[in-house]
Amino acid sequence: MALSPEQVRSVAALARLDLNDDEVVEQSLHLNRLLAHVEMLQQADINGLEPTSHPMTLWNVLRDDVVRPSLERDASLANAPEARDGCFVVPRIMEAE
Amino acid sequence: MPELFQLTAHEISALIAAGKTSSREVTQSALAHIESVEPSVRAFLTITAEEALAQADVIDHRLAAGDQLSPLAGVPMALKDNLCTAGVRTTAGSRILNNFVPPYDATVVRKLRDAGMVFLGKVNLDEFAMGSSTENSAFQSTTNPWDSTCVPGGSSGGSAAAVAACEAPLALGSDTGGSIRQPASYCGLVGLKPTYGRVSRFGLIAYASSLDQIGPLSRTVEDSAMLLQLIAGPDEHDSTSAPAPVDDYMAACSNPTVKGLRIGVPQEYYAQGVNADVAAAVRAAAALYESLGATVEECSLPSTDYALAAYYVVAPAECSSNLARFDGVRYGMRSADKTGHIGLMELSRGQGFGSEVKQRIMIGTYALSAGYYDAYYRRAQQVRTLIRNEFTAAFQKFDLLLTPTAPAPAFKLGAMSDPMEMKLADVCTIPVNMAGLPGISVPCGFVDGLPVGMQLIGAPFQEALLFRASAVYQQATNWAAMLSRAATAA
Repeated sequence: MALSPEQVRSVAALARLDLNDDEVVEQSLHLNRLLAHVEMLQQADINGLEPTSHPMTLWNVLRDDVVRPSLERDASLANAPEARDGCFVVPRIMEAE
Repeated sequence: MPELFQLTAHEISALIAAGKTSSREVTQSALAHIESVEPSVRAFLTITAEEALAQADVIDHRLAAGDQLSPLAGVPMALKDNLCTAGVRTTAGSRILNNFVPPYDATVVRKLRDAGMVFLGKVNLDEFAMGSSTENSAFQSTTNPWDSTCVPGGSSGGSAAAVAACEAPLALGSDTGGSIRQPASYCGLVGLKPTYGRVSRFGLIAYASSLDQIGPLSRTVEDSAMLLQLIAGPDEHDSTSAPAPVDDYMAACSNPTVKGLRIGVPQEYYAQGVNADVAAAVRAAAALYESLGATVEECSLPSTDYALAAYYVVAPAECSSNLARFDGVRYGMRSADKTGHIGLMELSRGQGFGSEVKQRIMIGTYALSAGYYDAYYRRAQQVRTLIRNEFTAAFQKFDLLLTPTAPAPAFKLGAMSDPMEMKLADVCTIPVNMAGLPGISVPCGFVDGLPVGMQLIGAPFQEALLFRASAVYQQATNWAAMLSRAATAA
């Protein structure tokens, strides 16, 4: 099952990745080769096997629900591309009427 | 008399303890050597000379004052640049994190800082640890100290090259599908991927969270044992870190024996595609173990071939989720192009990520998308169970499994231009991550003038046994001596 360039564009959109036309061609090639290899999984005998999400048994790790110090606001904002008045600045997400 | 920078961490530790040298002298020696060889090795993305000397002075003062510190106090080392260091730029080898300065230390970094280790700087890697040659770094290619026209392996290629070139006696790397063991093999080093959960992943910039582990690279088995001792154990910041007790790894290296150990040799790891000389070198190691009192027997792990295919569903799926955090808002690069909020994310990610990272994000996004989840992701997770079950059965019969680490020695820079070919070469290391097991690569000879490694795989939390069997091999062969001589000449 090979992905068409249109499908590659739609996957890129889902992943929020801007690709130029050359990249779409290049990525189609790589993705289709990888998918062709992964196809062999269809032959594996997995009847009745539970999926493994983690290799080791995990337990919930709980602690007392008490307030503890966390990162200072200035430190949290220090790496922001744009910050103002203690907030991250983002483009407008709703159009004006 | 060797220079200080040529000594192992164990030797430096003894000299400092005996008052025959200081952390400052050792650190200065390492920094001077870095300055002289770095133009050809190119292992470091950031060198923290001033901070290192200041750290060294603090340790020297504390030792003079009689403080009881860890055996590695005052010993310099290098950190892979996907480990967060408070106040020191951490890039993960990516343009998108070019200017990222973490506000906190990774747990492993904090533990080593508390133990008095001195950080020389941050070393190169494939972008977000995705790759096997360190050529996917957005900043530079690192060279193999054994042959500067060859790659050091990857993704922890900077860690391996720095240690092999004696720029540092020790380094930390991370391993998702072989990224510590394969560069250790290519550079003639010992490299350990611990059991999943043995070491906290807090502050490791995540690639695939159910596979990633942090571990040591060094020129001797003892040095890796000493470093793992300091970083192993549970951590309240990582709920997947394991409460299992931490063994005494140095004790495992002293007076080691393999008498009575049962070693399995899974035939699938010596199959087509593995260089005949590499296979012969590992089989010679098996024969040596037998002569030293171990039982060695062929065995089979029939689902081995599926491991790589399942990995290339599971790892990209986790990667697509982990890397969703890079959105050009809270940290990392933001595209300068003016656009709306969706466009801002698309452009920042499109301009910030390299080709290999985009490829894995898209594979993962596709495998998790509606209509394909069962065919790809769920099935890959079931195959993962199959692989785990086969290992579990093998460890009913054997204490250790012995395989090549990589199918061939290091290749030339630029020679592996096909990303699929490069992926297929991780066939010996990936199954170990899929099952969460500990694996160590130990130098076992030379092929075409380049070092090659063998891999020992253990049952969960059997790191001490891996160190013990590795120390036996190191003592019984002269590879370590040959390797350190060559490193000295370099």
